[in-house]
Amino acid sequence: MNGDNKPLIEIRDLSIGYFNSAKQLLPILRNIDLSIQAGETVGLVGESGSGKSTLALAMMGYLSNPLKVLTGSTSFRNQSTFDLSARELEKIRGGELALIPQNAGQALTPTQRIGRQISESLKLHSKVTEADRPARVLELLTQVRLPDPMTLVNRYPHELSGGQQQRVAVAMALAGEPDALLLDEPTTGLDVTTQAHVLELLRDLAKETGTAMVYVSHDLGAIARVCDRVVVMYAGEIVLDGTVRQVLLKPVHPYARSLLASIPKLREASLPAALDGRPPAPGDVGNGCAFVERCTMAEDRCATERPILQVTKAGERVRCHLFEKVEKLAAPGPGSAVERSLISPAAEVLVLDNIAISYTTRGILDQILGRQPNDTPTVDDISIVIRKGETIGLVGESGSGKSTILKAIAGLIPIRSGSITYNGNEQLKASVDQRSKDQLRRIQLIFQNPDDSLNPRQTVAEILAQPLRLYFGLSSQELHDRSVEILERVRLGGHYLDRLPSQLSGGEKQRVAVARAFIAEPELVLCDEVTSALDVSVQAAVLELLNRLQREFGTTYIFVSHDLAVVRALADRVALLYQGRLCETGPAADVYSLPSHPYTEVLLGAVLEPDPDLVPVLSADDIVELSPMPVGCAFQRRCPRRVGDICDTQTPPWQQLNDEHLIRCHIPHRELRKLQTVQVS
Amino acid sequence: MSTIFQAVTKNRPQDRLFKVLRDVMSSPSGAIGLSLVVFHLVLAVTSPFIVPFDYREISSLLMLQGPSFEHWFGNDHLGRDIFSRTLLGGREAILITGIATPIAVVWGSFIGIFFGLVGGRIDEFAMRIVDAFLSLPWILKMLVLIVTFGTGMGVLIPTLAFFYGIPVIRIARAATHDVVARDFISAAKARGHGRIAIIRHELLPNVLDTLMVEGAMRWSWMLLAFSSLSFLGFGASPPTPDWGLMIADARGFMSFAPWGVLAPVVFLSSLIIGINLTADALAKALGIDRIQKAPV
Amino acid sequence: MLSMLLRRLLLGLITVVLVSIIIFTGVEILPGDACTAFLEREAQGKLLENCRRDLDLNRPALERYVDWASGAMVGDLGVSVNGQESIAELVGNRMNNSLLLAFCALLVGVPLAIFLGVITALWRDKPIDLFFSTVAIFAMTIPEFVSSTVLILVFSVWLGWLPGIVLTSANASAVEFFPEIILPVIVVAMVMTAHILRMVRTSVIDVLASDYVRMATLKGVPYWQIVFHHVLPNALLPAINVVALTIAWLLGGVVVIEVVFNYPGLGRMMIDSISDRDLPVVQAIALILATVYVSVNLTADLLTMIANPRLRTLHMRK
Repeated sequence: MNGDNKPLIEIRDLSIGYFNSAKQLLPILRNIDLSIQAGETVGLVGESGSGKSTLALAMMGYLSNPLKVLTGSTSFRNQSTFDLSARELEKIRGGELALIPQNAGQALTPTQRIGRQISESLKLHSKVTEADRPARVLELLTQVRLPDPMTLVNRYPHELSGGQQQRVAVAMALAGEPDALLLDEPTTGLDVTTQAHVLELLRDLAKETGTAMVYVSHDLGAIARVCDRVVVMYAGEIVLDGTVRQVLLKPVHPYARSLLASIPKLREASLPAALDGRPPAPGDVGNGCAFVERCTMAEDRCATERPILQVTKAGERVRCHLFEKVEKLAAPGPGSAVERSLISPAAEVLVLDNIAISYTTRGILDQILGRQPNDTPTVDDISIVIRKGETIGLVGESGSGKSTILKAIAGLIPIRSGSITYNGNEQLKASVDQRSKDQLRRIQLIFQNPDDSLNPRQTVAEILAQPLRLYFGLSSQELHDRSVEILERVRLGGHYLDRLPSQLSGGEKQRVAVARAFIAEPELVLCDEVTSALDVSVQAAVLELLNRLQREFGTTYIFVSHDLAVVRALADRVALLYQGRLCETGPAADVYSLPSHPYTEVLLGAVLEPDPDLVPVLSADDIVELSPMPVGCAFQRRCPRRVGDICDTQTPPWQQLNDEHLIRCHIPHRELRKLQTVQVS
Repeated sequence: MSTIFQAVTKNRPQDRLFKVLRDVMSSPSGAIGLSLVVFHLVLAVTSPFIVPFDYREISSLLMLQGPSFEHWFGNDHLGRDIFSRTLLGGREAILITGIATPIAVVWGSFIGIFFGLVGGRIDEFAMRIVDAFLSLPWILKMLVLIVTFGTGMGVLIPTLAFFYGIPVIRIARAATHDVVARDFISAAKARGHGRIAIIRHELLPNVLDTLMVEGAMRWSWMLLAFSSLSFLGFGASPPTPDWGLMIADARGFMSFAPWGVLAPVVFLSSLIIGINLTADALAKALGIDRIQKAPV
Repeated sequence: MLSMLLRRLLLGLITVVLVSIIIFTGVEILPGDACTAFLEREAQGKLLENCRRDLDLNRPALERYVDWASGAMVGDLGVSVNGQESIAELVGNRMNNSLLLAFCALLVGVPLAIFLGVITALWRDKPIDLFFSTVAIFAMTIPEFVSSTVLILVFSVWLGWLPGIVLTSANASAVEFFPEIILPVIVVAMVMTAHILRMVRTSVIDVLASDYVRMATLKGVPYWQIVFHHVLPNALLPAINVVALTIAWLLGGVVVIEVVFNYPGLGRMMIDSISDRDLPVVQAIALILATVYVSVNLTADLLTMIANPRLRTLHMRK
């Protein structure tokens, strides 16, 4: 911390917007007042449309093309950033104020080696002489905990994994020895364990170097870990600004409260409270509070009068007419319990028996030469029994094979060996072509990305008509009626029939995808990361929708996700996968508590929650595995509880802990329980 | 409520057509291009009824006369009225290429989409054959056929349609690859839709845009080819007034009678440029990324 | 990487073989044969027999194909239809002349195109971009015979600066073609430059909008350093392919230009031999042109593989 009280970055009444083709003014940021002191770590939280990224970039004096400054200013070290000349800006950017970008893989120049790109920053912003630069580059790479820096220096960006690329971006930013770091969602798209490691690194760096940090994210768990102070943004405004404990544990703004309540928590086996509606689009905010349409506490005043930022007794800044009332509310409690009454233990809907799937295809040279593909299957030895009416969660990180299994069940990917039995006696053929229409109807698949899973040239009516026409012979009036009915069930309504996907928001599109699946009256619905591409507050609404539909129709779900908290909220039973092999299966409560398979333990330890007091446990190294091991335990290379060669050579046995809970490990489960210290229940 | 909802006008195909036309006309180059094309199409249809003179009428008195009050563009080496011949000069070219282009695009798309979907070794092998065809200069391929079978419409149309459909195969195949990788196709497959149904409902509507733009460009290249053939003496046959042919005829007299060359040059160029500008504006209006390739 | 190179070479070879089959089959299925085509109305009786004997047309097609193909591989392209001249000799000179034309055009056109492409992209929508982009559109869309004719009109007829027609004989040395070669080179270069320019422009614009260029800006890298170190290496990669495609087009498109200017190149010869119904020569020229096309594309692919780090290093290492 420095002596004088002048803030490092100061933003005064900043408004930024652009003019659309109809010459209307669309504001992205409205009257932002923000000061950041040297050494502070501030989190900028918001969902899509909140303007947080625009704000962060504006601090560097950067505006993407159509945006303009409407009012106000931002300054760095007392110099107004937007008034600086290009040369002065070049000096500051990368030097005193450095950016760590969102998608490092795209942000690194593909034709330059890593070492050179870091050297470039050194050359521009540090006093390191040309002779000393190579050594300094190695130092920086070591500082960000990259293994084998000597080899890495000569690699190209595409040769690195996502986590490695992100660390390189951090090293590049540190090269200029900046006074402040801007981080734009730096861990998006990274695995749970990788994310935890990168965040620890950032946290440690902040402490070591005393650099100020502005951390932009929608992920409150990440912010909880790294930041001292949190600023919540909504529809281009700052709505709450306080310490991390104040904002995350007892937020005094209704939006922040609802946002926190809508995040699924690892320790709670309940559905988070959904927040209806979605944030207003730029230009759609009326004269009152931007949050008025979704606020459960709104009064008349809220619709007509825009609240200003006020300071509470505790020193927080809040933009709400009713904050005093909110202060008096109790801390947000757990959400609604999931009703699990429809499981019939006897009725087995789907039995996977010893499934193995191989993803490798033979190249043309191999075909000519007659070579066989690599023998180790991508997914192996999968045996699961799924009962009618239950939700089974398939959890794993990238490379776990969870989506592969789902697609194989759907008939899109061929199975190498093993069988799938449906409803006790029907053999489910591996390929869609070989299944009966009725089988196809009863098993439906919902995809992750609603932008991609809906045909952009079809209206909602046509999208819903596709399954109807295929499975039922209906007249066009019946088609229309059924479509309207299902749209109402997913809380959209008949007036959506004429819309094209491009005219819908992400959450609305996903609801249409859900409607499309349910309009076929399926028994089994396969959900492939269906909430991962949505905003946090919208996720809860989709989960609530899925749960409600399950209660109404008695549907069975196979729910694939990498998000352990989401799975905890929805699933009755959980199967954990690593590199295409099962590690642990059982009732959700059992899997999420001790004893656990070592991998489960690692995952649960690495999960971030919006709780500033939670310290993640990083027990495994951040290594990316490209292909599964041909023999032995799948987790042998990273397991922190390796016992010895037996892990490399012998497939671990299934240990049955009770009726349903199974762990696959060489270590006896009683000993595991003793060894493990992570408590989650 | 929200601005997004305001955009919900109707979404019928006609509305899209109007929107696209409006977008094309809104850019200056698009407006110019489209106007030129429409002008030429209208001209091609109406010119027989408006030309002041018979294009065949020879006159030894008027040979190589410059522009005059009666003959606005002057007279050619046989004394024929250049103005009338110029107005009529695009008819044969537009007719022939106008028929050949849709045929080329349709058959090329069929094959391209088919192989795009089939994939595997069959696709690889077929693409080798396509590449082999593409490696031969267009003029060679066409001339061989024309010289063997003659220059009537019955030869020119199939020849142009065949050879200009081959590059369309590659374009359609690439577009198919792009669309097939997307989830909504997998979703349709998982539901159990038949291949034909998927092509009709899911694939085609998304590939059509690219094919339309490609079709426009094909037309311009075909016109180029046809007029080059006419110039060399292998396309339109005399006494048909055709711009290519007219330029070839008037070339020898260029030093002292340039009007015989200028008029057809301007008309031919304006049509081709018009098509290109329209295709560019169309691509932008449809949101297609286009990198110009050399005309094959 | 080596396997990729080999694979590419193999594919190129297969394409050439396929082309030769297509050419041969194409000529075979046309009604009549080389002799009936050449002799036309006189194709009958003794004359026809002799012709057929001279050209060895009485053997089965497969045998003739193998003979022809294997001969071609060593440079023996057979004899022309009147049985007299070695095609290889006939073609040799013409090919050199066409290569000269192509080479001069490339020398002028490619650097100019890349330079203008980059300039128009960096100053996008400014007057300089509008001007050159418009000129490029004109150059691309106007048929070559039109632009040739117009250029002759302007520079030869009206201004008298340059000769409008090539009168030098086919077997002259390169220097003797100067200054007659200037106008043809300009026309060829014009079309080529226009295509490459547009493509480079699009590529540079795309790269300028990329995340990594934005990152470089936010790293404080000065503008021109970004252009030379971050933009150009990425934007010019696709240019290699376009240059190759354009060269390939050259082979066909240059025909018309050669006719207009009376330039004694391979293209002119092709037209003449088609008019003369000299099918063996046509076959040979077709094969040569196709092989050049395939080779050029192959070279472009190989160069791209070398220049593009993503293709060079196919495996992700830890």
